[in-house]
Amino acid sequence: MGDILPLIVAKYNFWLYIVLMMIGLYAMIAKNNLMKKLVGMNIFQTAIILFYVSIGYKHGATIPIIQGGHGGHSAHDAVIHAADYINPLPHVLMLTAIVVSVATFGVAMALCVRIYQRYQTLEEDELRMRVSEMITHE
Amino acid sequence: MNNMPAILVLAPLLGAFFAGLAAWIQKQLSYYIALAAMAVSCFAAVSVLTDVITSGTMQYRMAGWAPPMGIELRIYLLNAMVLVLISAIAFVNLVASVKNVEQEISDRAPSFYVMYLLFVVGLLGVTATGDLFNLYVLIEITSLTSYTLIALGDKDRGHLAALNYVFIGVIGASFYLLGVGYLYITTGSLNMADVAVILKGIQGSSAVLTAFILCILGVWIKMALFPLHVWLPNAYTFAPVGFARVVAPLMTKVMVYVMVRLMVTVFGLEYIFETLHLADAVVWLAVTAILAGAFTALFQTDLKKMLAYIIVCEIGYMVGGAWLGNSLGMTGAILHILNDGLMTFALFLAVGNIIYMRKQVAFSNLSGLFAAMPWTMAGFVLAGLSIIGVPPTCGFFSKWYLVLGAFEAGAYHFAAALVISSLVCAVLFFKVFEICFFGSAPGAPGHHVPGNPQPSHDIHSAGHAWAKADSGAGAHSPAEVMAEAPVSMLAALGLVSVAIIAAGVYAGTIVNTIILPFLQ
Repeated sequence: MGDILPLIVAKYNFWLYIVLMMIGLYAMIAKNNLMKKLVGMNIFQTAIILFYVSIGYKHGATIPIIQGGHGGHSAHDAVIHAADYINPLPHVLMLTAIVVSVATFGVAMALCVRIYQRYQTLEEDELRMRVSEMITHE
Repeated sequence: MNNMPAILVLAPLLGAFFAGLAAWIQKQLSYYIALAAMAVSCFAAVSVLTDVITSGTMQYRMAGWAPPMGIELRIYLLNAMVLVLISAIAFVNLVASVKNVEQEISDRAPSFYVMYLLFVVGLLGVTATGDLFNLYVLIEITSLTSYTLIALGDKDRGHLAALNYVFIGVIGASFYLLGVGYLYITTGSLNMADVAVILKGIQGSSAVLTAFILCILGVWIKMALFPLHVWLPNAYTFAPVGFARVVAPLMTKVMVYVMVRLMVTVFGLEYIFETLHLADAVVWLAVTAILAGAFTALFQTDLKKMLAYIIVCEIGYMVGGAWLGNSLGMTGAILHILNDGLMTFALFLAVGNIIYMRKQVAFSNLSGLFAAMPWTMAGFVLAGLSIIGVPPTCGFFSKWYLVLGAFEAGAYHFAAALVISSLVCAVLFFKVFEICFFGSAPGAPGHHVPGNPQPSHDIHSAGHAWAKADSGAGAHSPAEVMAEAPVSMLAALGLVSVAIIAAGVYAGTIVNTIILPFLQ
């Protein structure tokens, strides 16, 4: 048991994203209100975004902007060490993933609006009841 | 440099943009732009396929950036085949479904076409890309457009079905994205070919195992492998028929393709079957999927929903075949991607024709269809026989390879599941044929068939119907008025029926020129 604590501390970003992801998943499964489920979905996606952002991080590194700028003399004179700069690629990937998650959230909220207009409720059990009522009426 | 791979994907993308703009001028215009864009894309796909067959794997660098920095489209024989399948089905469906769209969602026709094109862009991109992250983005494009299109369907339940699909789809895509993250940590690359080379050196790593499981799990959710299938039946049943016709044959099949692609070209079959010992469990899962899909289909009383459960069953075939661990099984699975695409498309084309004439496809609405819509039903019967696996339709040949693969791998339970599900499919389809043939048409009294016109649900009566259908086909005189679907819809169905036979007759050629060279 003594080995686990250092493992958790050393890889805390992984534990954090797993905890966040499970909170999101729990909300998506257990919540009755569709909006709450959507929030859970967003937490779930955000957990993965944070995971990606955290893997680009390097200890003691700085943002990947070369001092003096592109084409400046100092940029060519100084040797550039990759270890001095955090990895920007996962962050750039996450810009796209954020766009995707915002788009999904937008579509899902639009669907919620339409469901509310049709059934006047966003509670899942009530929705299920009204749908089954509608089927028996047919 | 040959730009066809880029044109293939970009034509529908630009088409979607211009179709949206054109709707401001005149609504009809967006349909013609969509048609033109799909025609260009279809042409490019065929040209890519012939190129790949003659000169081997094609690599296209998007905007000239070399991989692994840039995004690469990498087209093997396998994706070239799937690309042709996608663009051809999407094109034919546009011709076939224009009247359905007018009937069901005339006020939103332009947005339907824009979303439709974007959906096809997603599918083509997923198939063509050689970049793991790009694959995620394109899967999400496909999914987002299908959420919106499903919501255009049934006024009462379409939105709910779409929202359920959103929840489960997001979980699937997120798992895949997470898997890609682990792959990136271990390899530092996102290009599939590059990752494959690096992975060869670190096969024992548990991070790679995690990545593999997460990626495959994500793809399984997206392809609706039982028990992850819960979103599929409602989503496909309540979608507008013009979209159901294209999503049902393509979406799940493209996801099966993604699984095969990840297995063969990224992780490597050697790693999956020799280092990991998951194959047995997955084949059992496939067996459950096949049986669960087939038997749930038995209890459906709506034709669309029955077909949706048959899709769940067919997914089991392909997943099982791919995981048998021998080249016969993999060949069967890949051939089934093509064949099942064609068969499902034909079935849904027929369903769309029936919906166009009768509004609903609950079993109670189907009576007298053989007399009223003989051509549509001919196509439906052919596709049904192909699903059951009657030679010379294409469904027989892929099943044949799958069964051979199962015997070679010693997976007799998989072979048994294939046979049982074929029998169940036979019962299902002959039940439907019986209702369509013998049930009296609404408003046509004096039908000469004795006994009750109610659909009977036991196996004996379906078998009996087979005998009756055989002997009575010539004697039956069409007393009902013929009310057949428009010519464009019938022509599309006829074309796909010919393709089903052709894919069966030339199954050997397809296997020898496309599938076996790809697997070697």
